[in-house]
Amino acid sequence: MIVNNEKDCILDIRNLHVWYRTYGGFAEVLDGVNLMVKKGEKVGLVGEAGCGKTTTMRSVLRILPENAVVPKGEILFHGQDILKMKSQEINKVRTQGISMIFQEPSAALNPVFTIGTQMFDVIRYSGSGKAKSKDEIKELAVKAIREVYIPDPERILKSYPGQLSGGMKQRVCIAMAIVTDRELLIADEPGTSLDVTIQDQVHRLLRGLVEKKGMSLIMITHSLGVAREMTDRIYVMYAGSIVETAETKVLFKDPMHPYTLGLLESVPRLTGGGMAEGIYGRIPNYLSPPQGCRFHPRCRLAAERCFEEKPPLMDVGEGHYVACFWVQGVI
Amino acid sequence: MSLCRRREWGGYMKLSSYVIKRLLYSIFVLVGLSIVIFVIARVVPGDPARLALGPRAPQFAVDALREEMHLDKSLPVQYFYWIKGVVTGNFGKSLVTKRNVMEDIAEFLPATLELVLMSALFVVVFSILFGALAARYKDSWVDSLIRVMAYTGVAVPSFVLAVIFLLLFGYIWPVIPVLGRLSAGIQPPPTITGLITVDSLLTGRMDVFFDAINHLILPALALAVGPLFQEARIVRSAMTENMGKDYLAAAVGFGIPDHVITGKYLLKPSLIPAVSVMGLDIASLMSNAFLVEVIFDWPGISRYGMEAMLRKDLNAISAVIIVFGLIFVVVNIIVDLIVAYLDPRIRLGGRSS
Repeated sequence: MIVNNEKDCILDIRNLHVWYRTYGGFAEVLDGVNLMVKKGEKVGLVGEAGCGKTTTMRSVLRILPENAVVPKGEILFHGQDILKMKSQEINKVRTQGISMIFQEPSAALNPVFTIGTQMFDVIRYSGSGKAKSKDEIKELAVKAIREVYIPDPERILKSYPGQLSGGMKQRVCIAMAIVTDRELLIADEPGTSLDVTIQDQVHRLLRGLVEKKGMSLIMITHSLGVAREMTDRIYVMYAGSIVETAETKVLFKDPMHPYTLGLLESVPRLTGGGMAEGIYGRIPNYLSPPQGCRFHPRCRLAAERCFEEKPPLMDVGEGHYVACFWVQGVI
Repeated sequence: MSLCRRREWGGYMKLSSYVIKRLLYSIFVLVGLSIVIFVIARVVPGDPARLALGPRAPQFAVDALREEMHLDKSLPVQYFYWIKGVVTGNFGKSLVTKRNVMEDIAEFLPATLELVLMSALFVVVFSILFGALAARYKDSWVDSLIRVMAYTGVAVPSFVLAVIFLLLFGYIWPVIPVLGRLSAGIQPPPTITGLITVDSLLTGRMDVFFDAINHLILPALALAVGPLFQEARIVRSAMTENMGKDYLAAAVGFGIPDHVITGKYLLKPSLIPAVSVMGLDIASLMSNAFLVEVIFDWPGISRYGMEAMLRKDLNAISAVIIVFGLIFVVVNIIVDLIVAYLDPRIRLGGRSS
């Protein structure tokens, strides 16, 4: 368990469990997520598709789908549990504390309203709730659009999402997320649905903005490469729990969890021979997830203890935490 | 800049070509309808000339009338004569009222139009209200209550409802008039549009206006209940489906208040499927109005058309059907325009997702 003794910690997710009600029973997607973000820190959340990254982040803003339940866990924002907040308090978090960028910009913008309409409403209801004049709102919107390097903001404000390209739409989404001051920005694979070149631009833009505004960032990605470029600390997630976390430099110098090693191996390299090896198998079925360590069916090192008991996250030095009995030497 | 202007211009082009396309379709529909009506009217057994003059008229009179009505010519030629008249508003004489059919239509159409417009108002307002409420309070007692009302409303035909209203408000609890368009003793306003409510407003006679509205409520409601709940269900299902969309999660995540999300960001995209169906249903109200008009003693065209059919008054039948077809087409063009207004993807011809 990560001990929270940091004063400047703004977000602290503790032992978060999220289940989805389905016709086949409960899908136990999150199985004890622990994650911490400090002020001004850029954090990466890395894992393959379907491991619960988006679920984790949506529960932070309490925008999970209707069929989700949270049986256990806490999400502390400045020490206050978001999950227990009344609607007024959670609204304060949403309008002043945290904003989010979605993976699919075409889905995240309402197709039947202009960018302007949507952006103006975001601005109108953001911040301390002090009434802003129409001109102020528009000025802020234009400024934010300029900040994401889109020329001709006036035209963008009058456009419908369907008239813009994917890259443009994602920039607009970023502009909406930074248009008023927020402490923490959650970016959910903001480049995944875009061309590789555009993806790189979007990532660079995002990092620049976050640094300029002194915001904290949680960058969700399935790519360790992106995380390495963008973040100070990486959380590696597998099947609904954090399996390893360390400062980015430390993690790449000394990766320990078999899953992290597998992820690193699965990156094809220009030097060195042949295709990447990767990890055998795929994410488990959440309706009946494996007992013990959820990674054991795919783990080359799995031993008997891994079948029965879930390894806790343990400090192995330098703020490096690993959830693996092998690494902890207790097998 | 030049690129931007071209794009906007392109948007208008898309919208106007969309409207032109719809208009062309409509003309095809009307021409097809006229051919079908004409052929049916001529193919049914019974000689229109004989029917017009009655069984005791001498044969030479019948033959003369046949010639006058061009019944001795071939079918295409007959159609040509007939459609020439139709386009100029001349449907011939009604065999029953012995007047030009156009005069009959001018007399009876406004009453039905007024009834249907009132009904349409009920349909639009209450279907959106009930649909939005059911979606907003999904799976609560509000939702269940509206669901039960919807099943009942869709299952009970409008004439049954009309009879129930008649019993309830004409006999047991007479708070609202149940027969005719105006109370006895109230002088109708001068005919300008033929719609009493509009005419009374135009001439500034508020007492007549309220009396006319009171007379409209029950028949319009009886007519509206079926389609109203049908559409409420569509609004509800569209809204609950859109609730799971990312753009709503995003809006909630930005802290936009509930009422803005439901009333704006959720409602507008959800209305698109409902409005399309609403158009069809509202246009169908014209012909569904028959029994309601009979029960509430409403001097409307639906009743006129039905009586014409029972008496085989072919000119009147054709005229009524062409008029209904025209109204159907006009309503649908209006609906298409509303849908285009609601959905920029249609208006601007962008990619639809």
